[in-house]
Amino acid sequence: MSEIKSIAETEEEIVDEFSLFDSWDEKYEYIIDMGKKLKPLEEEHKKDENKIKGCQSTVWMVSELKDGKVYYRAESDAVIVKGLVSMLIRVLSGHAPKDIIDAKLDFIDKIGMKQHLAQTRSNGLLSMVKQMKLDATVYLAKGMNEVKE
Amino acid sequence: MVETLENTTFDVQAIRQHFPVLNRVVKGKPLVYFDNAATTQKPQVVIDALAEYYKNYNANIHRGIHSLAEEATAAYEATRDTVQQFIHAKEREEIIFTRGVTESINLVAYTWARTNLKAGDEIIISGMEHHSNIVPWQLIGEMTGAKLKVIPVNDNGELIMDEFHQLLNEKVKLVSVVHASNSLGTINPVKEIIDAAHKVGAVVMIDGAQSTVHLDIDVQELDCDFFAISSHKVYGPTGIGVLYGKRALLEAMPPFMGGGEMIKDVSFEKTTWNDLPYKFEAGTPNIADTVALKAALDFVSGIGKATIRQHEDALLKYATEQLQSIDGIRLIGTAKQKVSVASYVVEGVHPQDLGILLDNQGVAVRTGHHCTQPLMNRFGIPGTTRASFAMYNSKEEIDVMIAGLHKAIKLLR
Repeated sequence: MSEIKSIAETEEEIVDEFSLFDSWDEKYEYIIDMGKKLKPLEEEHKKDENKIKGCQSTVWMVSELKDGKVYYRAESDAVIVKGLVSMLIRVLSGHAPKDIIDAKLDFIDKIGMKQHLAQTRSNGLLSMVKQMKLDATVYLAKGMNEVKE
Repeated sequence: MVETLENTTFDVQAIRQHFPVLNRVVKGKPLVYFDNAATTQKPQVVIDALAEYYKNYNANIHRGIHSLAEEATAAYEATRDTVQQFIHAKEREEIIFTRGVTESINLVAYTWARTNLKAGDEIIISGMEHHSNIVPWQLIGEMTGAKLKVIPVNDNGELIMDEFHQLLNEKVKLVSVVHASNSLGTINPVKEIIDAAHKVGAVVMIDGAQSTVHLDIDVQELDCDFFAISSHKVYGPTGIGVLYGKRALLEAMPPFMGGGEMIKDVSFEKTTWNDLPYKFEAGTPNIADTVALKAALDFVSGIGKATIRQHEDALLKYATEQLQSIDGIRLIGTAKQKVSVASYVVEGVHPQDLGILLDNQGVAVRTGHHCTQPLMNRFGIPGTTRASFAMYNSKEEIDVMIAGLHKAIKLLR
């Protein structure tokens, strides 16, 4: 198994990938591709308490703590949002709660996503980040192994 | 360039020159603005009227003894006359300035409805109402015990009029319906609704948010009791709107808000209300935007609503044909009578994804439930993608949207 990259390293990796694209057409194509590849969430998890508020489209997210690391899974009915959430999962999943809470996540800015998305949609993205950090905070506070749904 | 649509000559390029924002480049592409049902862009004359007011004669209106106050008052009141003519109201005192349709409806709800409705009474609205013509009546229903009844909508997005006539009885005290649907474009048979409602003694309010910009409005011919308008959907500024009401009803209604302007005499024992229309215009009004609204209405009248409508109808027809050629598309709202709104869903594609990718092509459409969630539920969809056309839109712009759609759908599926 390869060594797990730090959050900052994965962020940098994504920024590098996006720097290859000349146009937003290509960037969206890439995001959509990531969205399509995101593993679907089991139907049982697609319930109201797993919905993230502040999104125009529906996003369901669940997380669990395993061996001190938080693992996230999510799905959306919109593909671009799925691509965005898949990037967030790629960056944050598999890390310790403390590292997730401290993550700067400035890759969103660096790839131009924050400026490119209209405010309402950008808020949706921020809501996802907020939820992921909130879950990490809960795990940190409880300091024990459990599944949070 | 002269564009020929349906044997009509309409110089859309000349019209576009009046709207500075249309020169914008969005995401590296020329702006295609198809979100006109949400708000229309403003012609230079409106922008100038706003600036002129602040540059030359800003003053608080009425009661002022100095020249600026007199000029500002004259300009403000001139808009009232223009609105009166624009909707063919009998008297200028029947034109009340509000912040927009939402406030106009709330004004009627909190004054007329609150004092005239009681438990057991019924309010009829339709299944295609904007939330602003649903929620105020629900609130009043909670206060008075009046019940809400809903005219159902058929698969084409038309009101089922037989059902409406069935709903009418002597318990119905108010009917409040939208003239043209913001989500579907459907033009409702409001004359038939008004006449039938009057036969059972009900008062009728018409939400003219979408219709005023497209259709000729004659409130006397319609015989509606209340009619609501938003300036920003008629090429005017935001933050100003109109409530038309028949004089007898307005006279009998209590004031909506208390404050300056709306009083005749104030004492701690007894305050008397000012005459119409001032009774309903408490506080310093939105003078600048009211003044500029006149410029917008004059601009529309100058071109002529019939001419504009012919152009918009041709755009709608063209857009509808072009959209139907797209694989897996479903048009939401296929009524026989429509204003220029094309709402659609694409199989297997979320409206939000379409909206983002169209925006990336410089095309501004609206996606979502358009503040008509009950209507979306009726069609079993979470929302639509909506393109709505104004006088400055062109066939070429529709081609840009269609090309953008093809591209987006290919990517998303």
